[in-house]
Amino acid sequence: MLTSAALVLMMTIPGLFLFYGGLVRGKNALGTIMHSFVIVAVISVQWVLWGYSLAFGPDKGGIIGSLAWFGLSGVGLDPNPDYAATIPHQTFMVYQLMFAIITPALITGAFAERAKFSTFLVFILLWATFIYDPLAHWVWGVKGWMREMGALDFAGGTVVHISSGVSALAAAFMFGKRIGYGQEAMPPHNLPFSVIGASMLWVGWFGFNAGSALAADGLATSAFVVTNTATATAALSWMAMDWLFRGKPTVLGAASGAVAGLVAITPASGFVGPMSSIIIGVGAGIFCSTACNLKNKLGYDDSLDVVGVHGVGGTWGALATGLFATKTINAAGNNGLFFGNPAQLWVQFVAVVVTWIFAFVGTMIILSILKVVMGLRVSEEEERMGLDLSQHNERGYSA
Amino acid sequence: MKKIEAIIKPFKLDEVKQKLTSAGITGMTISEVKGFGRQKGHTELYRGAEYTVDFLPKVKIEILVPDEMAPKIVDTILESAQTGKIGDGKIFVSTVEEVIRIRTNERGEDAIR
Repeated sequence: MLTSAALVLMMTIPGLFLFYGGLVRGKNALGTIMHSFVIVAVISVQWVLWGYSLAFGPDKGGIIGSLAWFGLSGVGLDPNPDYAATIPHQTFMVYQLMFAIITPALITGAFAERAKFSTFLVFILLWATFIYDPLAHWVWGVKGWMREMGALDFAGGTVVHISSGVSALAAAFMFGKRIGYGQEAMPPHNLPFSVIGASMLWVGWFGFNAGSALAADGLATSAFVVTNTATATAALSWMAMDWLFRGKPTVLGAASGAVAGLVAITPASGFVGPMSSIIIGVGAGIFCSTACNLKNKLGYDDSLDVVGVHGVGGTWGALATGLFATKTINAAGNNGLFFGNPAQLWVQFVAVVVTWIFAFVGTMIILSILKVVMGLRVSEEEERMGLDLSQHNERGYSA
Repeated sequence: MKKIEAIIKPFKLDEVKQKLTSAGITGMTISEVKGFGRQKGHTELYRGAEYTVDFLPKVKIEILVPDEMAPKIVDTILESAQTGKIGDGKIFVSTVEEVIRIRTNERGEDAIR
């Protein structure tokens, strides 16, 4: 479990910051890397102080945990059978911390290259406290209402990917377009970075999905296998989409496809078999690449396609869990539509819709307040100068 | 004295340099430049975003030679830089008023020998 926790941390640093850092222009490389990096520091402290207690602490009406576990009081080295009977409670806590870290880090792709650093810091703290922690409680907390309803989310499709993807959509609206978006070319400055980052996400995701079995057992193995299979299939299907409709099989397309596949299989990974994972992977490549192409027509500037990859991929994955889940893989789960239980699809649908609304509205409210109080964006001059110099007085690459 | 400026395909630089030294030139200045002429650019595709890149990378060579050497140097560049395909570049020849070697204050043709 500790290894899995470390793998999930590796997904954020350096995995995600390389993936995102490579996609921005050179003048924003450090600023973009800093977003993910500093989130690790901020959430690590927030989680120990009150985040873990809000998400997993003693239930208050199915909505939120109490502050009884503030500062990890009562969260010790003995197992907590409610969550994981065989590992120390702090092991479970620190594993969950890594999920709480990567989720806000994913959102940063939506406002890359223009966010004011001070506002960003406050936003992350508020978002983690008022969006992530309650949502994690609903889905995973003992007596959380979505968990009671029977919604299946093995490793965080709703909590991590839909929530970050939808919040990214809200953020893209609130922050507005980058200067010159749609007029100037804004090509990625270092695609090898991005491919290295995507590869680290692929590797680290085994900690994320297989680790979510919370034991080194058959279920963990099954999750490992379907995760790898869906990822591979999605990389191929996105590549094929590029090849068929845009002329060339792009490397960024294959890498993005892999990430989309990882996202889509996340909620399903503990409930579906290998053949189902192939279908989930193919769907992820097709739906997510289409969503990214559509973005340019819709005109909002979700700079690094968090909505297209995580929002769409997460939604597809959550619904696909309602289609392909089977008790032969996980007796603690449930059967999906194709295994004789159409009701599960409805439960998944409700979980998806509520998560969409909650994350979207919540993020809009937080950002609306911050817009008035602090301002969301750097000045026009600072944006042209780049975040590295304007926000940090440093340059990623000296001339 | 003449200044010969040649915009050539980057991969031709080594060959052109070799032929020019064989033809007797004693120095040259090169720079990496970008531009467009009849040769079309290319498109780049990053997820949904497609960019047309008009400016293509070329190498610019600058050489100073005595008047009588200029035709031979131009011919040498033509021979070595030509591929026959679009985008081979251009050669500009112009008259230079004065050349001064900074180290010695030599002027005129003495400065480029």
